[in-house]
Amino acid sequence: MAEWYQVLMAALVGAGVPEWIATAIALLVGVTAIGLVAPLIALILVWLLRKVISRIQDRIGPNRVGPFGLLQTIADIVKLLSKEGINPSRADFMAYNLAPILSVFGVLLLFAVVPVTRGLIGVDINVGVLYIVALGSIGIMAALMAGWGSNNKYALLSGFRVVAQLLSYEIPLVLSMLAVVLYAGTMRFGELAEQQGNFLGLGWYVFLMPGAALIFFVCALAESEQTPFDLLEAESELIAGFHIEYSGMRFAMFFLAQFLSGFVFAWVGAAMFLGGWQGPGVDLPGIGGFLAAGYMMIKTFAIYLLMIWVRGTFPRLRVDQMMSFCWKILVPLTVGLISWQMVVQVLDLPIPVIAVLVLVGNLLVMGIGLYAVGRAIRQEGFRTKRAFTPDSLIGTVQPVAE
Amino acid sequence: MPELPVEIPIPTPHQAVFIMVAVATSVASLLVVTNRNLFYSALCLVGALFGVAGVYVLLEAEFLAIAQVLVYVGAIATLITFAIMLTRGIMFGTTSPNNRHMFAVMSMALLVFLLVAGLVDRVPWAVAEDLTLSGDGKSLIVDLGWEFVTTYALPLELIGLLLLIALVGAVMLARDDE
Repeated sequence: MAEWYQVLMAALVGAGVPEWIATAIALLVGVTAIGLVAPLIALILVWLLRKVISRIQDRIGPNRVGPFGLLQTIADIVKLLSKEGINPSRADFMAYNLAPILSVFGVLLLFAVVPVTRGLIGVDINVGVLYIVALGSIGIMAALMAGWGSNNKYALLSGFRVVAQLLSYEIPLVLSMLAVVLYAGTMRFGELAEQQGNFLGLGWYVFLMPGAALIFFVCALAESEQTPFDLLEAESELIAGFHIEYSGMRFAMFFLAQFLSGFVFAWVGAAMFLGGWQGPGVDLPGIGGFLAAGYMMIKTFAIYLLMIWVRGTFPRLRVDQMMSFCWKILVPLTVGLISWQMVVQVLDLPIPVIAVLVLVGNLLVMGIGLYAVGRAIRQEGFRTKRAFTPDSLIGTVQPVAE
Repeated sequence: MPELPVEIPIPTPHQAVFIMVAVATSVASLLVVTNRNLFYSALCLVGALFGVAGVYVLLEAEFLAIAQVLVYVGAIATLITFAIMLTRGIMFGTTSPNNRHMFAVMSMALLVFLLVAGLVDRVPWAVAEDLTLSGDGKSLIVDLGWEFVTTYALPLELIGLLLLIALVGAVMLARDDE
């Protein structure tokens, strides 16, 4: 349950505040906290991304403003704030201006359900997992509005890509989350974390369902438009994607939304697969709560760092590769995984046997998935090599015969 | 001076929120049909669908609300917008919301409204005595799932079949002729 809310309410009512005012104040406190903390986290995220990517690419990264370049992001924000907000004359006023607001709004709403520690969850609704998926659609709408409203061909093309990519990857994302929901029997983030508290707080679902966790991670990368799947802002083909016509603070809002959505997916992944706030010593009186919040943040940042690592390492996929990876590999795999798990759980078996069977299914899915990806990469390499031999140029551009 | 016979009711916070959500939904739905730009109509439709989700939240049917957002806003409204974006002529021009079918459609709409209003008003709907939610709300979703595969298994399967037929039909229509 969202205990912070009840504690605050009790304190306010105890101080003689009428109940409806107390409700309003408590809700306002929660909303303000989320609205303030999320952009502040984004400051750290931008700095972290630039530093880590620099290290991967053998550079130093921002190091001039503040210690270790920590204040670089603030300087950038001041720059963006002072820039001119350009309104293209042929752009659609409503759609163009509403899109950046909607995109940030959609991501901030996600922060309402992710858990910090036991009893400190914005709202622990009983459909928390589904809520995360459902509100992703606001981001799609925002990108679509931006792409259309800018009245720019590249932006519009990127808008098409947004819909194609995000709607496709939503399916394996939902199904991989469903694997956890099926096993835990709840969609509440609070209870999901409670159920992973066995073995000194190390009974994480990632050990039980590594396949689902891997698929979730890949889909989270795609849903938050991170590197192997960042076709939406492919610089060389689409210049910058749907936010090409945006400048100043409106561009910064898209930027903010993208960083926060990556972080929120890392957070959800940590809550669902890495045990949430669970860890050794969270039940200790006094420091237990702080320890739990610390674990939660460490796990979230660990997944985020993994995302940055992928971003610094992998090349971008092509559109057709991205779509066939989703529909030909991820979707069949997750459907198979879910069917297997349903059959296993319906059979009246003792819990350890169920756990072992689920693990076997996941390992099988991982094996098949990695084999399929490996085969696709080998074929792709073969095809690319052949594409550059002179034979394949017949009928296209022929070298001039001397 | 005689007292007013009718007390003006002061809405509770819950009712106030409901009124706001209901007004927003109604205005958005009205804009869907009166707008001259089809793209704006689609955006208003999204607003209206969100409003309906808000009504579900107020009725404490969270699952229904989330499903509404997931299916209607996430998939259907996005596809409608997508279709409008692809038809370039419609996208940038303005169209008149009126055409020669206006009066026929308006009388139909009026009839449907009267029918629904009559249904809501006259039919003695069975209202459960105790509408308080059972326990922590976790059992609600478990119950919902259980009911879907036991009591309502046939309707669920039929809906699945319907969707499959629609899917196959769409593929047939979109397929290249060989």
